[in-house]
Amino acid sequence: MTERTIRVDYLARVEGEGAFRLRMTGGRVEEAELRIFEPPRFFEAFLKGRSYAEAPDITARICGICPVAYQMSSTQAMERALGLRVDPALKDLRRLLYCGEWIESHALHIYLLHAPDFLGYPDAIRLAKDHPEAVARGLALKKAGNAVLETLGGRSVHPINVRVGGFYRVPTREEMDRLRSVLSGALAEAEETVRFVSGFPFPPVEEDYEFVALTSPDEYPLGEGTVTSSAGFTVPPERFEEVFEESQVPYSHALQSHRRKAGAYLVGPLARYALNHDRLTPRVRQAARDAGLPPVVRNPDQSIVVRALEVLYAVEEGLRLAEAYRVPPRPAVEMPDPVPAAEGVGITEAPRGMLYHRYRLGEGGIIQEARIVAPTSQNQARIEEDLRHLAERTPDLDEARLTSALEHAIRNHDPCISCATHFLKLDLVRQ
Amino acid sequence: MPAPAKPRLAVWKFASCDGCQLTMLNLEDELVALADRLEIANFREASSAVVAGPYDLSLVEGSITTPEDAERIREVRAQSRVLVTIGACATAGGIQALRNFAHLDDFRRAVYAHPEFIETLATSTPIADHVIVDGELRGCPISPRQLRELFSAFLGHRSPDLPTESVCAECKRRGNVCVVVARGIPCLGPVTQTGCGALCPSYHRGCYGCFGPQGSPNLPSMLDHLTALGMTPPEVTRVFRTFNAAAPAFRAAADRASGLSGAP
Repeated sequence: MTERTIRVDYLARVEGEGAFRLRMTGGRVEEAELRIFEPPRFFEAFLKGRSYAEAPDITARICGICPVAYQMSSTQAMERALGLRVDPALKDLRRLLYCGEWIESHALHIYLLHAPDFLGYPDAIRLAKDHPEAVARGLALKKAGNAVLETLGGRSVHPINVRVGGFYRVPTREEMDRLRSVLSGALAEAEETVRFVSGFPFPPVEEDYEFVALTSPDEYPLGEGTVTSSAGFTVPPERFEEVFEESQVPYSHALQSHRRKAGAYLVGPLARYALNHDRLTPRVRQAARDAGLPPVVRNPDQSIVVRALEVLYAVEEGLRLAEAYRVPPRPAVEMPDPVPAAEGVGITEAPRGMLYHRYRLGEGGIIQEARIVAPTSQNQARIEEDLRHLAERTPDLDEARLTSALEHAIRNHDPCISCATHFLKLDLVRQ
Repeated sequence: MPAPAKPRLAVWKFASCDGCQLTMLNLEDELVALADRLEIANFREASSAVVAGPYDLSLVEGSITTPEDAERIREVRAQSRVLVTIGACATAGGIQALRNFAHLDDFRRAVYAHPEFIETLATSTPIADHVIVDGELRGCPISPRQLRELFSAFLGHRSPDLPTESVCAECKRRGNVCVVVARGIPCLGPVTQTGCGALCPSYHRGCYGCFGPQGSPNLPSMLDHLTALGMTPPEVTRVFRTFNAAAPAFRAAADRASGLSGAP
């Protein structure tokens, strides 16, 4: 039987340094490996000995694409550990900030990283030659997301305004008014984005995913919720590590998550959408119907449409929060003094899926142990299954076409390799 | 007469979070126009089309943390006419340079399943420790305004205007009320290089030094001042050991502060 090996040594249009290798014999895939070779940076090792108050700024540096997600999961973990109740008005501001990151990150992925796959271009710059209005729309949406991040966070990459307990400064009425007009202008662009991407070609493929996402009774999940699986169970965030485990594989610098005694699962837009469809707004549900999308989407290529629906949701939700804004009486709740020894867990929905943080604090709030599970490490094993199924479904594709189809399949899940690689412990090699 | 060839741009990544590369994609209003003036020849995060070197301008994000990367940066240098480092990882080793200060045995003792799968160096070092660098943009992350200035200067065949004064100068020009004087908040503004727009003080927060040390910082005075504001020696040590921990002036400040605390 003929043996075929397909490999790409440096994946383009993903965040970070990854590669893949697929080995087939006849029509059967022997190995499908998503290899993450980005050098590990050991965040969990050097978080030990830092103050609880430093975790939001330090962990933000795990990922320049979704720093707010790290700030949200770490602040939530610390607040749970210290038994702090954050004022509802401040929670709303955090939700608005998170909407900004979803808009920015999703617009980046849809227009600059993913759409070129569907339309046959190597990048958005060349896409802009033939479709200038589409790329302009994507950049305008991305800029609207960044405007939210800059107003509430000070800057869009590694915002400086988030702290345990709230913010350093809350926006003025005038700042929020400007944001409201930006978001209100972005609504039409977000709706047009759903129409634009729903016209892409989607071969009729369904994957049998186990979806895992946060759910909460009355809102689409961003900043909080309980962990819910399409396999039919719900657990509180504190029990995450009982249900899911990570293991190391020789070819990758990222750990891979599995559900214990079950296997690979998927987090991210497809999972959130499937488990929270009825908590989307009527406008978003209508846009989904117009795009021909059912309430559960199992076609990985259509993740781009679901991402566009989430952009629409985030713009609409952000606008609602901006319109309802009243300047809160205080920017943050008081910290306990002295800070007691404690332990806390935080899970929020990063653009790419659930982001888990757990910290154990000693006296004075010094971090004794930190554990972080990023969405891309959770999705890694499931992405490999997508690759395997794709290659077995299309045995006749020539090498170039199969390679680009496999790259496209990886981008369907918007892997963030910088996130996935941060946590391995150090092995010292002296030169 | 044929149009002159567009200068070729390459963007490289070493150990980093991708945030400084993203800053380039965050130039939403200029990105398409920029691509008219520069050929984006090698930028993996943005394009799957790669044009072979040499390159007229290379932007380098990230620090050197593996033996392979120490080799790769030499190849990048050899293919680049002008090489500019972008961001605190590339200019000072980044947050991952905290490993440089760790007790190596603590790291060795840390629990890992299969350390043999991973190969890394004991240190994270800036690009300039390995190759000659023609310019740098500070910051964790870099400022979009300074990135724009870098491109304008490169295309206009002039030197970029990148001030090395302290955050305080910019903070005064913005008309901020000083957070130290008015609120007693510890702030690294006096010893930190400007470029961010005096962002943290504008948000009622003390500067945390993410642009690294300014040209001539008075660190002994800064250390006394932080202590007078109530910070303990371990707190002062930590505040200098963040995103520019391996920058010589901040490193010296942290060493001095930790000496005060009696720690090794």
